Amino acid sequence: MEKRGLNKVDLIFEKVDPKEVLTKAFTMKSDEIIQQILDSGLKGRGGAGFPTGLKWKYTAAVKEPEKYVVCNADEGEPGTFKDREMLDKVAYKVYGGMVIAGKAIGAKKGIVYLRGEYRYLIPQLLMELESFHKLIKAIGFDFKINYCLGSGAYICGEESALFESVEGGRGEPRNKPPYPTTSGVFNKPTSINNVETLVTAMMIIKHGPESYSQLGTKDSRGSKVFSISGDTPTPGIFELELGMSVHEFVNEFGDGDTKAVQVGGASGFCVPRKKFQSTVIGFEGVPTGGSMKLFNSSRSMYNVLHNYLDFFAEESCGQCTPCRVGCQQLLKGVEKVKKGEVKSTYLNELLKLADTMKVASKCGLGQSVGNAFRTIVENFREEIIY
Amino acid sequence: MYQVGNLVKELSDKHGRTRESLMPILQGIVERHNYLTDEAMVEVAKELDISAAEVYGTASFYTFLDTSVRGRYVIRVCKTITCSMKGKGEVIQTLEDMLKIKVGETTSDRQFSLIETNCIGWCHKAPAILINEIPYTELTPEKVVEIIKGYMLKK
Repeated sequence: MEKRGLNKVDLIFEKVDPKEVLTKAFTMKSDEIIQQILDSGLKGRGGAGFPTGLKWKYTAAVKEPEKYVVCNADEGEPGTFKDREMLDKVAYKVYGGMVIAGKAIGAKKGIVYLRGEYRYLIPQLLMELESFHKLIKAIGFDFKINYCLGSGAYICGEESALFESVEGGRGEPRNKPPYPTTSGVFNKPTSINNVETLVTAMMIIKHGPESYSQLGTKDSRGSKVFSISGDTPTPGIFELELGMSVHEFVNEFGDGDTKAVQVGGASGFCVPRKKFQSTVIGFEGVPTGGSMKLFNSSRSMYNVLHNYLDFFAEESCGQCTPCRVGCQQLLKGVEKVKKGEVKSTYLNELLKLADTMKVASKCGLGQSVGNAFRTIVENFREEIIY
Repeated sequence: MYQVGNLVKELSDKHGRTRESLMPILQGIVERHNYLTDEAMVEVAKELDISAAEVYGTASFYTFLDTSVRGRYVIRVCKTITCSMKGKGEVIQTLEDMLKIKVGETTSDRQFSLIETNCIGWCHKAPAILINEIPYTELTPEKVVEIIKGYMLKK
């Protein structure tokens, strides 16, 4: 397997002249922009990892005068806080990425959906947006960005739930297909991208796809901003080249006593110490939207799992039965096992339920509850029982 | 209870009267009055010409659009894993002692509400809380006392 080791990168927060990059983008054809993003190998940075170039290509291919670029800034995954840092420090690059996406797909409207928890940033973001609008008008772009605010619902980070929320409804995911590329917000073709994806796209246009694709591995090109928290002496936001092993990661960020790393937040995977060496952080191993939580041996993995299940039971939108009932039953189930009210083999029944949720749930929330559940129960079974 | 007065009209003039104006209008009411009363939601329904059930349907979905009484300062304590590991319990204990209320309650003078919330994105600076929209991070019981004293003086 291709391995890259741990290398720090400075691309996302690098200071650039937006005028220079956007003037370059303005002279490029739509196809050229899409080709560069395709060549770079960039995959969506929100967690799901859909190739960004393909998303733009599909949206561009739809013949429709009204299209949208939506920036998904509903950063709600436990342990993720990188998007806020980007909006705080380099909002002009987020806006820049949106204009470039707009040019690529033929959209004139952009929406930033910001989670309600980050509302304190709005005055500063709107001020920057005003000067940004002046800048792109001077270059010649016809593109306007608006803000929509969330109000404390994790599920609205799911793309179709986000559209429902923008339209003033309950944030309940839609059936797919149709996909956003043909019918997104206001039922118009929409490219919805994570904050970091848009910033990265702007940096690819600046530096060229060749230099970007030299970073990372075949399956995970480029670098990624990681949100690091938990039992670590250096919690914070770090941009690292993709392709390192969990072992290398723990060597750099662990406190010397790390027993597990939760990669990708509550919806991600738990990697125990014995698998640190063999697990790569990236799409070939454990994918992540950036959330990295370290746990040392003083922590009970039962508490961790219970906390995640409590989170999901609250945040499930309740629309589909496997997720609504499944989240609650998993939570009640581990409590019963812990209290000794049922035999420990009941955990096997719960694992089956988690598998059913993966197959039968309507959206990514219910489908991914089983990730943390299975990896924690299988690797720390004795901690759940005793 | 509060009187919505002209607020719904003002907000509708600002954000428009289409369905997608609903969220910003509800958010605007909560920003001013801390929570949504039945009367306020009916008022919004009339203004946007949609049913009150639709307004309630949207409002009740979102945890920040409270439909029960909230104080002037809503304190939301993050209860997700990192904050829990780094001292959320002490933060809550301090707040409960100072405000003489339990989690989920509002002080009798309607100044403070204390609730728990899911991850607010400050795990690297845990434990963290939001007071209305303002985040406070890397809290200790001492820091919490200082912060709340500041809000008490704002009365």
